Order: sequence, then structure tokens, then C-alpha cells
Amino acid sequence: MSNSTEKIEYVSYLDHKGKYKGLMAWIMATDHKKIGLLYMYSIMTFFFIGVILGLMMKVELLAPGETIMKAQTYNGVFTLHGILMIFMVVIPGLSATFGNFFLPILIGAKDVSFPKLNRFSWWIFIVGSIMAVASQLLKDGPPDSGWTFYAPYSTTTGTNVIMATAAAFVLGFSSILTGLNFIVTVHQMRAPGMRFFNMPLFPWSLYATAWIQLLATPVIGITLLMLIAERLFNIGFFDPNLGGDPLLFQHLFWIYSHPAVYVMMLPAMGVITEIIPTFCQRQIYGYKAVAISSLAIAGVGFLVWGHHMYTSGMSDEARWFFSLLTFIVAVPSAIKVFNWITTMYKGSIDVKPPFLYALTFIFLFIIGGTTGLLLGAVATNVQVHDTAFVVAHFHYIIFGGMGFAFFAAIHYWLPKMYGRMYNFKIANIALVINFIGFNLLYFPQFIIGIQGMPRRYFDYPAQFQPAQVLSSIGGFILVIGLILMVYNLVKGARSGEIAPENPWNGSTLEWTLPATPSLENFDEEPIIKENPYDYK
Amino acid sequence: MANNTTHTIEYKTLSIVLLVLMFLTFVTIEITSFHLGALTVTAALLIAGVKATIVMYHFMHLKYESLLLRILVAMVFVLFILIVVITFIDYAFR
Ligand code: HEM
Ligand SMILES: [Cu+2]
Repeated sequence: MSNSTEKIEYVSYLDHKGKYKGLMAWIMATDHKKIGLLYMYSIMTFFFIGVILGLMMKVELLAPGETIMKAQTYNGVFTLHGILMIFMVVIPGLSATFGNFFLPILIGAKDVSFPKLNRFSWWIFIVGSIMAVASQLLKDGPPDSGWTFYAPYSTTTGTNVIMATAAAFVLGFSSILTGLNFIVTVHQMRAPGMRFFNMPLFPWSLYATAWIQLLATPVIGITLLMLIAERLFNIGFFDPNLGGDPLLFQHLFWIYSHPAVYVMMLPAMGVITEIIPTFCQRQIYGYKAVAISSLAIAGVGFLVWGHHMYTSGMSDEARWFFSLLTFIVAVPSAIKVFNWITTMYKGSIDVKPPFLYALTFIFLFIIGGTTGLLLGAVATNVQVHDTAFVVAHFHYIIFGGMGFAFFAAIHYWLPKMYGRMYNFKIANIALVINFIGFNLLYFPQFIIGIQGMPRRYFDYPAQFQPAQVLSSIGGFILVIGLILMVYNLVKGARSGEIAPENPWNGSTLEWTLPATPSLENFDEEPIIKENPYDYK
Repeated sequence: MANNTTHTIEYKTLSIVLLVLMFLTFVTIEITSFHLGALTVTAALLIAGVKATIVMYHFMHLKYESLLLRILVAMVFVLFILIVVITFIDYAFR
């Protein structure tokens, strides 16, 4: 490892003095690394609010009938939980946090192409988030349509749907601008010698994601505007009473929202693809296949939205066609899983917390993915549509997948972000608690889902109680694990041991930098390797 | 990736493009009098697509861009067409 002391006037990005001081220095920051941290702090805050809402629902479901809240409150709680978790946590999640922090570094750039636009994206992210919170407090009461805003209910309910949709609309802009920024960055900012096919795979996944953000998000923007127009001016887009078509809403909504699940997942897969080779000290198996599969997922992922609508009254022809396409999109995802596992084969595996989180990701993602196939087949889907089974499926994918990839990413990159290290033992204990809590929370929902427990209900017949109670206990265990994990990370970031430049023996560019990078990352021209993962 | 060069397009080209666009707008309106039934939407989208292509190609300088970028833009069109067609697999057979 080269010593960084000979570098000329190196200043860590965290100590860099700009025009502004204190809080303003953060709000006005254009450094992609600080913006990444800002996103991380805001997203973790929203995540914990979302978790509290989730726990409230779990307490309500401890017993049949009303326990701690009324049915209408429950409707508001799951709606806000969904809006927070989807639009404010998992969609920006990895790309805005770790994408911002590491995309420029991994391609040898000083920053993203448009740093001020990047800052603006974060600002409107915050504005949108404030609007989402405001929708809870305004006089007509919290929206109760679910995060999916299905019409015609959403166009007729008396609650603050307009504010909530406007919030999602604004948040969408943040996502579009980040996507645009990343596409241009990958095209224009790569260091000399960095071609598309020797670019690390996390940037590849961010690049594919950015295209989805850019192309799909406007669809939801327009859809939500149509919804607002229908509410305000009685224009009949969706409500049959006004001559509209409710299925049109579902089409438009899922034309965005299915690709959006890949906005969550692709960067997660990218993170895992960085972590596995490092901790196996092994070249990633099938580099090109992994890179291209990101594009394939992004492309085909645009065409499968109808699998959310099998029971909606859509035509039969469309049903089998969407089913076919859904099975096709599973292929590139499976390619990635096989390649991760093959990479481990005969590697010299170093079992450290980031690697364990990555393994957990793979385990949970496989459960989520294979149950996705059950949902993708029309015949089985009609049995379990809108049941707890679907809830379990998407939590395995989104939380088990994207969430655990996020945790893996923090454990992997924290030493590069703060120059300090967390405690491995506590990290491992927290992971075990998280793993147990998570599976206890969601697995029973597969079972009661198959038995007929509908989703989004605050009440249930007594037969489901044992599973519901188990699930609620799992929820509490999970929260304990999460708190322990975050405590350990915060403590590590603030006062942990000073981390070396390259604690994991990684081979990508971020590990060539000082433990905390300087403002412009590369004070000297980076040396670009022909193979980013050149382990023995 | 030399993007700092400026390209000047002649007034003549610009005027022709403008006239073509105006003509197509006119066609969009006139075509509604033909009662094409379900094909009305197709016709309108096709014309709009041609217009958008012209605007991007000339006004937005796509013609000076790299092949990669042009392919990417073309892919976006393909994607859009696929999404519309697939949506209509529902509407046409419902
Ligand atoms: C890769 C990441 C994935 C994510 C983030 C994800 C996320 C989601 C979400 C959020 C829902 C619930 C939507 C709602 O509120 O109704 C859902 C449902 C569904 N998912 Fe996934 N999913 C993923 C992968 C898959 C895969 C691989 C398949 C199939 C191969 C699949 C098939 C389905 C189907 C068919 C439904 C609809 C079920 C129904 O409502 O009847 N998903 N998914
Ligand atoms: Cu989907």
C-alpha cells in the first residue's frame, strides 16, 4: 500500500473549507460525496419513520379486531409507510447515496457532470419529502389509497390524495435529474483509459438504472398529474362515471412502477457485484454477462408491468403475453446470481461483515425472486394476488434485497466515507438478529397469504392469529437488530479505529485513494486497469 | 467527445425544417377528417414521432452526435413503440 503522506496538501473532503460554514456548508455542497452523505442521512431518517409505521401496523395485527388503531387510521398508516419506503427510501436509496459517492470515484472522475444539478436534486428530494409529510397533517386527513393510488378510489376519496401525489411527482423529478446526471457522467467523465468494458460493475448497474429513472419516471409524473386533473376538474381519465377507464391508471402506474423496482434492485445487484470479488479475492465470473444483464434487466423490465394486473379485467391475450415477458426478465437476474456464486467458487473467502450482508442478500433475494415467478404465472397469481403472499414477496425483494444490499454497502464503504472502522463483532451479531427477525417477520406471511389473508386489512379471522403474532414478534426482533447495527455504524463513523486506505484489499479505484478522499478525489491522474478486478 | 465545437446550421435548412414541421402539424389536424377509427391514434403518434425525430435531429443537433448516442435515442423510440403496442394488446382484445 502506498503511503499518502507524500501527496501535496491533501485535505479530506470532510475537512474541506468552502464558502459556507456549518449547516450551510452541507446544504450548499456540490461535492458528490457530501451530497451522497446528505442523501444517506435523509434516507435513513425516513427509513426509521417508515419502520415505526410498520411496527404500528404489526402491533395492530397482534389480535383480530381493533387493537391500537381504527381501520381508517390503519389505511393511512400503510399508505404513508408505502409512500415513504418506496418513493423516499428505496428508489433514491442506493443510487443517490452510494451512486453519488462512488460513481465518480469508480470511473476516475472528479465529480458528476453537473454538480449543481446534483445539489438541486437533493433539494427537491427534500421538498417532495416535506410535501409527503404535509399530506398527513392537512385538514382532510391522511391519504388512504395505498402508495399505488389506484383510481377510481383515489379520485374520489376525501383525503389529501392531491398533496401526496404532488409529493410523489416532485420526488420523481429528483430521480429524473439524478438519472440524467449519471448518464452524462458515465458518457463524459470517465478517466482516460476507462472504457465501457473495463468500467467496474457498480457503475454499469447505475448506468442501466439511470436510463430507467430518466425514461420511466416521467410516466408516473404525467399519470399523477392526470389524477390531480381528474380530482380538480372532473376530467374523465380514469373514473368510469366520467367516461374514463380505471385500467388505464393501472397501466400507466405500473409502466413506471415495475421499472421502478429495478431502480431499486439494479444498484443493489451492483453493490453485491463489487463486494463478492473483493472478499473472495477473485476476478468476477463473467464480467460481460453481468454488465449486459444489467442492460437486459433494464430493457425487458420495461415490458412486464402487466403482471400486476392479471386480476384487473385486462384481456386474456395481454395476460399470457405479460406472463411470458415476466418469465423472460427472470433470466438476466438469475445470470447474476449464478455469476456471484461461481465467483465464490475456489476463492479465498474472507468472512467479514460486508460479505456476510452480501450473502444474506443473495439468500433473501432468491426467496423473493422465486416467489416472484409464482406471481408471474397467471394461474398461480390469481390465487394469491392482493394477499399477504405478495406482501411477503416484495419485502423479500425490496427489504431483503435492496435493504440488505444497502446495509452491505455501508459496511463495505464506511471506511472510505469516514476513514474509520466499525466493530466487526457487533456488526455480525446485528446481522444475525436482523436475519432471524426478518425471516420471522415475513415468512409467515407467505403461508397465511396462500391461506387467504388479504393485504391491506386491519382485521382478520382468528385462524391467522398464530402466524400474525409470530410475524409481529419478528418485527420487533428485526428492529432491535437494526438499532444495534446503526448504533455500531454511527459509533464507528464517529470514533471507530482509524481505517487503512484499503482495509479489504479491494482492487477498484476507490481503494487507491486516501482513507477519506480529497475534494476532487484524484489529486493525480488515476491509473486505469485493463481489468478492474485483477485478483490472482 | 469534443462537445465544445459549435455547429451553425444554415437559415435555409432551418426554414425548410420549420416548414416541414408546420406541414406535419397541418396533416395531424386534417387526418382526423378521414375517420380512421382505431387507427387515428396510430396516425397521430406516427406523425408526432416523425416531428420529434426531425426536431431532435436538426434543432437538437443529434446529427452531429456519435453513433452510440444516436443508437441510444433510437432505442428510446423503440421502447416507446413497444410500450404502446403492448398496452394495446389489452385494449384491442378486451
Ligand atoms: C427485482 C426486484 C423486484 C422488486 C423490487 C419487486 C417488487 C415488487 C413489489 C413492490 C410488488 C408489489 C406491488 C404492489 O404493491 O402491488 C411486487 C409484486 C409482484 N412481483 Fe415483484 N419485485 C421484484 C422482482 C420480481 C420478479 C423477479 C418477479 C417475477 C419473475 C416479480 C413478480 C411480481 C409479480 C407478478 C407481482 C404482482 C403480484 C400481485 O399483485 O398479484 N417480481 N413486486
Ligand atoms: Cu412488477
